[in-house]
Amino acid sequence: MDQVKKLRNDFPILKGKLIGRPLIYLDNAATTQKPNQVISKLCEFYENYNSNIHRAVYAISEEATIAYEQVRTKIADFLKAEDPAEIIFTRGTTESINLIAYSYGEKNIKKGDEIVVSDLEHHSNFLPWKALCERKGAKLKVLESDEKGDFVNIKDVIGKKTKLIAVTLMSNAIGLIPNLKEVFEAGKKAGAKILLDGAQYVPHFGFSLEETDPDFLVFSGHKMLGPMGVGVLYVKMETLEEMDPFLYGGEMVTEVTEKDVTWNDLPYKFEAGTPSVADVISFGAALDYLDKIDMTEMQNHINDLTEYAFKQLNKIDEISIVSPDNTDINGGVIAFNVDDVHPHDVGTILDKEGIAVRTGHHCAQPLMNKLGLTGTVRISFYLYNTKEEIEILVNALKKVQEIFFNEE
Amino acid sequence: MDLYAELILDHYKNPRNFKELEKADIVFEDNNPLCGDKVKIFLKVENEQIKEVSFMGVGCAISIAASSMISEIVMNKTYEDVFKIDKNQVEKMMGAELSVSRVKCAMLGLSAIKKAIKILQNEK
Repeated sequence: MDQVKKLRNDFPILKGKLIGRPLIYLDNAATTQKPNQVISKLCEFYENYNSNIHRAVYAISEEATIAYEQVRTKIADFLKAEDPAEIIFTRGTTESINLIAYSYGEKNIKKGDEIVVSDLEHHSNFLPWKALCERKGAKLKVLESDEKGDFVNIKDVIGKKTKLIAVTLMSNAIGLIPNLKEVFEAGKKAGAKILLDGAQYVPHFGFSLEETDPDFLVFSGHKMLGPMGVGVLYVKMETLEEMDPFLYGGEMVTEVTEKDVTWNDLPYKFEAGTPSVADVISFGAALDYLDKIDMTEMQNHINDLTEYAFKQLNKIDEISIVSPDNTDINGGVIAFNVDDVHPHDVGTILDKEGIAVRTGHHCAQPLMNKLGLTGTVRISFYLYNTKEEIEILVNALKKVQEIFFNEE
Repeated sequence: MDLYAELILDHYKNPRNFKELEKADIVFEDNNPLCGDKVKIFLKVENEQIKEVSFMGVGCAISIAASSMISEIVMNKTYEDVFKIDKNQVEKMMGAELSVSRVKCAMLGLSAIKKAIKILQNEK
């Protein structure tokens, strides 16, 4: 905990005063706060070597290109990818998934094929596949999860017609980490491509492509201390070679005549236009920051917080928790409701107490429908949160009850 | 200026005109996808004037309370006067400033009434 107190100093927003005390930020599944190291990297780029990359021969452009490409290598190392060319920069996880749906899907998905998602997906890993299926006359099938994170209908859903399986490594709405072992085995057996949505999982646990071998892995920099505007798309080289470009324009070609076009090398073929250079370089600073913190220690800290929050929230009879009370399968997200109070009312009252939480359906309506809920209040932790913050939250939740129930 | 003041909670817990209206001239349903709030408006009208209004719905305290309050306000008002009611008046009515994200909740009932009136006008 001493380390946490120390590293909180790196986050200017956590020191700002909202209502006479610092912000309590519990919406890390939406985006995390940024340390000074990341913020200053943005300024450093714009103040010292702002220029477009890859094209020019002058010094600062070369400096920018080198810094940008170093981040690609850094990500390849972070994921233990074989080749930095397997790392493509996008604007975020949503764009990464859409890129796959258009550039792999358009070319390879045919009428009668089947695409599999799970009932835990964020809309961004559901709607692109639904739309692709509608365009192609393919069928979308849905894996059903149980409360332990096991999928109960793998055999019914994954089979010979399955061409692509797109599943989350961790639910953004309830924090559940599903058991993907059997899905993976069934998918490989069926010869299907596998996409893992790591938007929630990777910031907490990292990922090793040496241990797990998907065709696609997607995540966002801004959910792991980086600036907004950077998404990562890992594509296995053999699959990358089967894909056509997604966006057409500058940088993605080597030669253009009126008749013929030669695509640029991988991965540049998929990075048309000027990328978010400053954001990518600053995301590199976020990766360096995470590298300095022992990731296992961070997981232990988040597990401690999650267990403590469960213990405190469970003491309140009128709170119904939706997330699994088990840190083996919960990555630090607790979704709950205060009985008979709409989540948005809870959110507004907490806001008045200086506490930021997420309320609503969390862009996971299929899951909300399955749980029979229109929405929840969601708290999600990251490395800088503390037990004191949870205590303040619990007191504020008691205030919610006082406001709504005590006056009679 | 407390959003969850007694008045709002009273209208939330005991919403006025919260019923279906038989023989309504129009029944109009609207929702706020952000919150999952739903409201169904029933209007009886005569000569471009609201004669009776009721509503049904589910939602947060802000949307239910605002719909309840607005149902009292628009009673016997002309179409023209209803269209004049804006966000400022809704805030005044609720006795609290609304944050950007909660304005939609508060405006849901009023906006449904206005949409229903427009449909009636177009039918003519």
